[in-house]
Amino acid sequence: MRGTLLIARLTWLETRRRKIALAALICGLLFLAVFGTAMYFGFGHAFALGEANPVEMRIAATILTVAGLYVVNFLVTAVAILLPIDSLSGEISSGVIQTLASKPVDRAAIVVGKWLAYFAMTAAYLALLGGGVVLSMRLFADYQAPAVLAPMALMLLGAAVMLSITIAGGVRLSTITNGIVAFGFYGVAFIAGWMEQILSLFKNTAASRVGTIVSLLSPADSMWRRAAYEMQPLAAAALQAGPFGVVSVPSAAMIGWAMFYVVIAVAFAAWQFRRRPL
Amino acid sequence: MPEYAIETAALRREFGRNVAVAGLSLAVPRGEVFGFLGPNGAGKTTSLKLLLGLVAPTSGGGTVLGAPLGNTEVRARIGFLPEHFRFHDCLNARELLHFHGRLLGLPKRGLDTRIEALLLRVGLDDAGHRPLRTYSKGMTQRAGLAQALLGSPQLVFLDEPTSGLDPLGRLLVRDVIDELRAGGCTVFLNSHLLGEVEATCNRVAFVKSGVVVHELDLATAAGTLDVELRVGRVDDALLEGLAAFGTGVTRDAALVRMHATAESVLPELARWLVGRGVALYELRCRRKTLEEWFVEVMGEDQRPG
Repeated sequence: MRGTLLIARLTWLETRRRKIALAALICGLLFLAVFGTAMYFGFGHAFALGEANPVEMRIAATILTVAGLYVVNFLVTAVAILLPIDSLSGEISSGVIQTLASKPVDRAAIVVGKWLAYFAMTAAYLALLGGGVVLSMRLFADYQAPAVLAPMALMLLGAAVMLSITIAGGVRLSTITNGIVAFGFYGVAFIAGWMEQILSLFKNTAASRVGTIVSLLSPADSMWRRAAYEMQPLAAAALQAGPFGVVSVPSAAMIGWAMFYVVIAVAFAAWQFRRRPL
Repeated sequence: MPEYAIETAALRREFGRNVAVAGLSLAVPRGEVFGFLGPNGAGKTTSLKLLLGLVAPTSGGGTVLGAPLGNTEVRARIGFLPEHFRFHDCLNARELLHFHGRLLGLPKRGLDTRIEALLLRVGLDDAGHRPLRTYSKGMTQRAGLAQALLGSPQLVFLDEPTSGLDPLGRLLVRDVIDELRAGGCTVFLNSHLLGEVEATCNRVAFVKSGVVVHELDLATAAGTLDVELRVGRVDDALLEGLAAFGTGVTRDAALVRMHATAESVLPELARWLVGRGVALYELRCRRKTLEEWFVEVMGEDQRPG
């Protein structure tokens, strides 16, 4: 455990010193500034005119909240992939890992320590951006999302899936190959989600089933869809197709699978890393 | 406590079809400075990684400080300086050493004092606060050396420790090795610089294609002299008589070549020849350098070009 925490601390320190955390923070704040400004003027203007239809305003606020969080989900997923992309593969190719792995620390602790640090950073980034979107809507649109914590937890779980895939890939793959594979997994999950959604409208169970199977291979996008479902009142859910609509709701079993997936991916990474010549 | 710091039997490592280490059998006594020599691609670094548990053997096995290869706990008593030491260059040397100290399980109390002493020892006390990315190659290597010594190890692996060091840096490494030996630490030195090995090691192993082909006790080898005699007449009785003063007596016309076991033999040898009435025109002797041993053991075919 000592080794795991030390590696986690080193990982955080490195992310901070290399100004990665600062860059992410600045970009995140920029996003929130743009989003908040748009909401301030958009809703402020509508409220000032006094012509706002409360139902329309509420639907607009719901859609904009989900839209904002959709971007947040994308940014957080990208961060979950990019943060660890060079971590193991880079240290293996530079030889840094030889000094670490020759210390009295189980190699699994190196993998888990890095994962923990990146997971905490991803969670903090999600809290900042997601919290910012929800707060902006509260302040400028007088809109309180019906659920916040559960959708955020689901988005975090989706990001954790991508983080774990990237960490596992970094054990054997070079940095660029790992990036291609990780984003490939994300792309496959994304298109599978759309397949499942759109073809469900046509009651195409075969295509929907293919989508579900692909989601099992890469459950990150499923977590976003479940999060969107949790966030939207039924009226907004009627939007159906599109990134914010949810026709086929990922089940609780899929959430369980995503959690299990994370555990398996990290365990696989640790197992592979133990066997890998350094 | 086992007699040997390192013991291996038929250690083998294959990477696909490539055999990096064919069958490494070693026995390095405790407290010895052991040189590991061989041409490029002889499997030296892979052998070292096998001993450190960085690479698992395909077959064979061994022990390091009495623990089986790959044991995690024993690494607390082992120091390692890789050939090209690298670490997160955003850290400074103090942070680097502090982190490794904690990783080694050293108590916080006293760690800072130990770190300062080591920085002073490797000449980085003034640069300890600077990020490693501002270090020269030699400074990085010295920071790596401090890292290897941090846990007061019983066994230290040094892989080309002087690569990138200037002459003063090389002297530093030599002094550190002497200090380690004096403290009873075993040193496993992988180096191409034969002069350095000759100056520091007790014993060397020559490795070729991942197999130890020859071992040499440098204390004994240093005393061995190549002697060349030019005499008036050479007969079998003379050659038999010379065998009492050394080994490997051979004749080439009026020249006799042999190995004397010590310098003190030479006056006796000259007296014996003169006493027998042998006309002695020339008596030359010289020590064989480690480089000559290397070429002899590896064979001329290993020379590039």
